[in-house]
Amino acid sequence: MATHFILNGKPKTVDVNPNMPLLWVLRDTLNMTGTKFGCGMALCGACTVHIDGEATRSCVTPISSVAGKKVTTIEGLSATDSHPVQRAWIEIDVPQCGYCQSGQIMTASALLAKTPNPTDAEITDAMAGNICRCGTYDRIREAIHRAAKLQAGGAKTADAHEGSELVASAATVSAGGAE
Amino acid sequence: MSTQTNGLDRRNFLKTGLAGAAGLVIGFYLPGRREVLAASRLDGSAATPDVLNAFIHVAPDDNITIVIAKSEMGQGVVTSLSMLAAEELECDWRKVRTEFAPSAVVYFDPAFHMQGTGGSQSVNSAWKPMREAGATARMMLIAAAAQKWGVDASECHAEDGTVIHAASKRRATYGSLAEAASKVTPPQNVTLKDPSQFKVVGKPFKRLDTPIKTNGKAGFGIDVRQPDMVHSVVLRCPVFGGKVASFDATKAKAVPGVKDVFQISDGVAVVADNTWNAMQGRKALDVQWDEGPNANVSNDTIFKGFADACETPGVVSRKVGDAESTLSGATQKIEAVYKAPYQAHATMEPMNCTAYIQADRADVWAPTQFQTPTQNTAAQIAGIKPDASFVHTTYLGGGFGRRGWSDFVTEACEISKHMKAPAQVTWSREDDTQHDYYRPASYVKIAAALGPDGMPTAFTARVACDSISRWFFGPDAVKNGMDSSSVEGISDTPYDIPNILVDYHMVTGPIPMGFWRSVGASQNGFFLEGFMDELAAAAKKDPYEYRKALLSKKPRHLGVLNLAAEKGEWGKPLPKGRYRGIAVLEAFSTYVAEVAEISVDKDGVKVHKMTVALDCGRVVNPNITRQQAVSAVVFGLTQTLKGQITIDKGRVQQANFDTYDMLRMNEMPVVDVHIVPSEETPTGMGEPAVPPVAPAICNAVFAATGKRIRHLPIAPEDLT
Repeated sequence: MATHFILNGKPKTVDVNPNMPLLWVLRDTLNMTGTKFGCGMALCGACTVHIDGEATRSCVTPISSVAGKKVTTIEGLSATDSHPVQRAWIEIDVPQCGYCQSGQIMTASALLAKTPNPTDAEITDAMAGNICRCGTYDRIREAIHRAAKLQAGGAKTADAHEGSELVASAATVSAGGAE
Repeated sequence: MSTQTNGLDRRNFLKTGLAGAAGLVIGFYLPGRREVLAASRLDGSAATPDVLNAFIHVAPDDNITIVIAKSEMGQGVVTSLSMLAAEELECDWRKVRTEFAPSAVVYFDPAFHMQGTGGSQSVNSAWKPMREAGATARMMLIAAAAQKWGVDASECHAEDGTVIHAASKRRATYGSLAEAASKVTPPQNVTLKDPSQFKVVGKPFKRLDTPIKTNGKAGFGIDVRQPDMVHSVVLRCPVFGGKVASFDATKAKAVPGVKDVFQISDGVAVVADNTWNAMQGRKALDVQWDEGPNANVSNDTIFKGFADACETPGVVSRKVGDAESTLSGATQKIEAVYKAPYQAHATMEPMNCTAYIQADRADVWAPTQFQTPTQNTAAQIAGIKPDASFVHTTYLGGGFGRRGWSDFVTEACEISKHMKAPAQVTWSREDDTQHDYYRPASYVKIAAALGPDGMPTAFTARVACDSISRWFFGPDAVKNGMDSSSVEGISDTPYDIPNILVDYHMVTGPIPMGFWRSVGASQNGFFLEGFMDELAAAAKKDPYEYRKALLSKKPRHLGVLNLAAEKGEWGKPLPKGRYRGIAVLEAFSTYVAEVAEISVDKDGVKVHKMTVALDCGRVVNPNITRQQAVSAVVFGLTQTLKGQITIDKGRVQQANFDTYDMLRMNEMPVVDVHIVPSEETPTGMGEPAVPPVAPAICNAVFAATGKRIRHLPIAPEDLT
């Protein structure tokens, strides 16, 4: 059965089993592998995408339920890694193995869309559903605060491959974290 | 430059052009293996016989490609190994790109006698060769420039990817020299920089793999897509050692998209046009299992086996003086039993593999930690020589030791061979949790005699657990019943005790055992450092001072212990309800001490802060070193506070993150990392900060409650 929806700003039609989760439509039908499979039960957050702006676990979202809706994946967050969350993630050097980070970034960007300047408690609340086995939580928190500033405008960003900012920021290197 | 390494009579530096294009490639090669190396290029570029693979490629456009012979699973090898080469290459860091090495003897790690990543070994084993590769390339580029300008090479130097002849102010970029440099005879000897001249090593460079890990483009194993690839899942017997008795595929085959259902060595494979359809087919599959001899194995029977074994002496691991007679004559004797459960690896990327087995060639795209067994597995299943088996290493969504195994490779190869098509096998989270090679459950009877001054005069530990080496290398690998990985972290106790006896019972069982981040030290560090705290308490001494007195001959242990105590404000007043605990351990030649700050309430233990002091020799990248320390602390917190793997009726009782949860952001303490400055050869940071976490926290729990935690994870009933 054909399902029509908007994927990363463009109309998309897929003809698959209506019960097939969006995750597998993205990964296996459309070969968009940026969205990750972690648990299949909405327990880890690796598969998080935006549906009409809401952070949603695509592993438990039947494709039929997104008919007519706007779906944004990590591939559609920005064309040039320029979304404030991506810029902050690069600046703070957040990822380690990187597998959970698409989901982390999608959850964080949905949070910032609604709560432009989140408190630590709001960050914890939004992010506690996303597991990072490498334990990058401190840097995720720091990067969300940084993204909030970048999103508000005015803050200069540093890219891992450009300019003189080849080294990690002093704040990151001195480790520690918000309690 | 004539270092002896396993499988290589001589390690040569070689030069060549790359794939028809001009360029300089520097690497080690094994004579007679040129074709193999060429054919196994990761980017699939033409397999012309003249092409060698290598560690460094300088392209005419000035881009530098550094070949990484290790697997990147988050520990930062792509960046740290590139830094070692770049230090001597004098290149422009912004031009550095990387690719993963193909499987070949030249990339063997001398510590493993195979190509692989583990044991916190990568930076240590690459420390010299990667710098030598960089220095050789630099000297050849300088020689090419000197030749071009008609000057002596000694009058030229290199910086920022450019060769400079200062006297004539002539300059040439590496890219412009690459073709000429590829024709230069490689130098026989290279002199490495004095560390005082380091410009790259020791700097907190950002990770090279960060940008592609923020936009979904990093290619993990599960992301491999090949033309006409089929997707598959496998139904495996839930009981370890069980087999397929019979199966009826009728209903499974009726599921739309399912292409085939057939038996493989691990169970029954369901192949479909996408992963979800394969999973639906598996749900409909009807299999009768022969559960075999292990259907009655449970945690109780396993731990009873350990306890029974410990009634009699085991195989001696370490003997100093006469601990037993000292203990029997002691006036103050402390005894305890400690236990640790099975743990799964729970990598965020579940096990998976993609293979294409053809008549004369095998290709495996795998998130593997060990390329050589992967290569050999595929060759064996294809019925071809390993030379025709090619491993394409992807990024790994976590490893922690799990991906040293090739079980997922075997499945993908068998399925591809049957389907005569590229095949990907994907494990569900439940598959991953229930079919792991687990951190051994372990049991120790431990005792000490204290002298009149409260200091230990004898220490004994009798360990019982299954052997990882037996599972990974085979029964012959365990000589005289001794597997050092079963006792590491306790047998090598650094404490100055005159009489020591550590012995071991290898209690074999059907539960698969494997390497788990920090291996034996992950449980033995908890046993030893928990018990040392018991001794300090019995002696009525401060646990930090007690350890300090016993480590006076161990300067590196003492260095981290003192630094952790200082930075963790040991002995200073705390807010009401807060308590501290301390632990110190060496693992993989890196020294780590940690101070935990906790509180205990009706919900259990809350960890507020972990102070980490570490000594890993010279630090190559402090940014990554700190990342790894924090990461290991989180791994240790999960083992201390969260779940465990338990066995009932021969099967694992946990399945997904609801029954085997990981530490989450809301449970994250402050982690404060401090590094001891050192000029020693670098040692690893992937694992060594794991072991002190559990004892530091449990020792703090004792300070808070007077309750001694002797098994993990901490259970609510242990606190009251």
